[in-house]
Amino acid sequence: MSARRILPCLDVDAGRVVKGIRFQGLRDAGDPRERALLYQDQGADEIVVLDVSATPQGRDHGVEVTRRIRDALSIPLTVGGGVRTADDAARLLDSGADKVALNTAAVLDPALLDRLAARFGAQCTILAVDARATSPGRYEVVVRSGRDGTGRDVVDWTREATARGAGEILLTSWDRDGTREGYDLDLIRAVASAVEVPVIASGGADRIEHFRDALDAGADAVLAASVFHDGNWTVSSVKQALLASGIEVRP
Amino acid sequence: MSAAVLVVPTGTANLASVEAALARAGHAATRTVDPDAVRRAERVVLPGVGTFAAAMDRLLRGGLAEALVERIADDRPTLAICVGMQVLARASEESPGVDGLGVFPVTVRRFDGGVRVPQIGWNVIQPEDAPREPGWVYFANSYAMFDPPGDGWRLAWATHGRRFVAAASRGAVLACQFHPELSGRYGADRIERWLGRGAA
Repeated sequence: MSARRILPCLDVDAGRVVKGIRFQGLRDAGDPRERALLYQDQGADEIVVLDVSATPQGRDHGVEVTRRIRDALSIPLTVGGGVRTADDAARLLDSGADKVALNTAAVLDPALLDRLAARFGAQCTILAVDARATSPGRYEVVVRSGRDGTGRDVVDWTREATARGAGEILLTSWDRDGTREGYDLDLIRAVASAVEVPVIASGGADRIEHFRDALDAGADAVLAASVFHDGNWTVSSVKQALLASGIEVRP
Repeated sequence: MSAAVLVVPTGTANLASVEAALARAGHAATRTVDPDAVRRAERVVLPGVGTFAAAMDRLLRGGLAEALVERIADDRPTLAICVGMQVLARASEESPGVDGLGVFPVTVRRFDGGVRVPQIGWNVIQPEDAPREPGWVYFANSYAMFDPPGDGWRLAWATHGRRFVAAASRGAVLACQFHPELSGRYGADRIERWLGRGAA
């Protein structure tokens, strides 16, 4: 079986890496190209870039950042944020993304997933889901950085999205994001057991147990931002600790 | 920069990662769908993401399919990646009824056996014979060849639920189920070896 993956995430606003809690209070955390190459050297399995400011007017930022990173990056690059049409996705792929993540646009127009998968393949088409706990074991899909609920159940939505062609799920706990309280393990279990495609856990990483517990709960990959940006962990130190506890990762 | 490498767009592939990897290895890339250029070029890359049927549809227009089969038969330097490798097979479960190029007399099949599909991530590639070293490479595929693809090909294997063909090489022809352009140092070495000696 392919190894579990560690994915540093760069939230990019107007060409700079930023960080914040629950999508609010953004602070500068450097140049995306420098960050991507640093994490590649540390043994990152992929780099994820989310353009948190993406708007129709600002979408060229994403293209430009993608191109700058791609030139030097020899590992996979996922880009999300502001993708509303198959042509938006094509622009990012043409500038060097290997996979494109869809979030709000897929909720508004689920058939967009079918179109992307048919044109670029399921392995290019990632569904990003922001999940908010509503009652024990129940999660609602939220959009627009958590400002809007959708009434959709997260497990139902991920099942529908993979049936439509999404090849991977980027699953963010809106409740945990930026809190450093650990990944939401119930959320991971619920989705990982409902779909056949790989699940990337996101939101809440701080301690090494958090990474390990998320992978034990069924995540194929774990995504984190602040702990890497702040230097609490390097990717290689996380991997060494996971290897020591018997989880297979690429050393 | 050394001689340009010709990259065949299949209409579905994102070529930027392949072109960036070639550039890092010191070779510019030129895109073309002209079968005569594909016949003449010193080196040709057939990348591929997307579906078997979509890639074949593009190759069957205007004689690209024949030009590629000829190159491979003549042992001209050719690198086929992912779906680019799969279209060298006779057929694929992904697109029933669609003929592949038939270089490999096997059918591409879907992963099964309780593993995640698509396979997305890094896996260990095990070459059958020295001097090739095992190493970590990146895959993004739901389908693969599970049977040896005919005589004369040197194989490397990987396992995702079942053992599958991770790469097949013969002379100057290299077919990779993994993405060498996304496989870090190991992938870069593989590309440089193919570029440098023409040998796979």
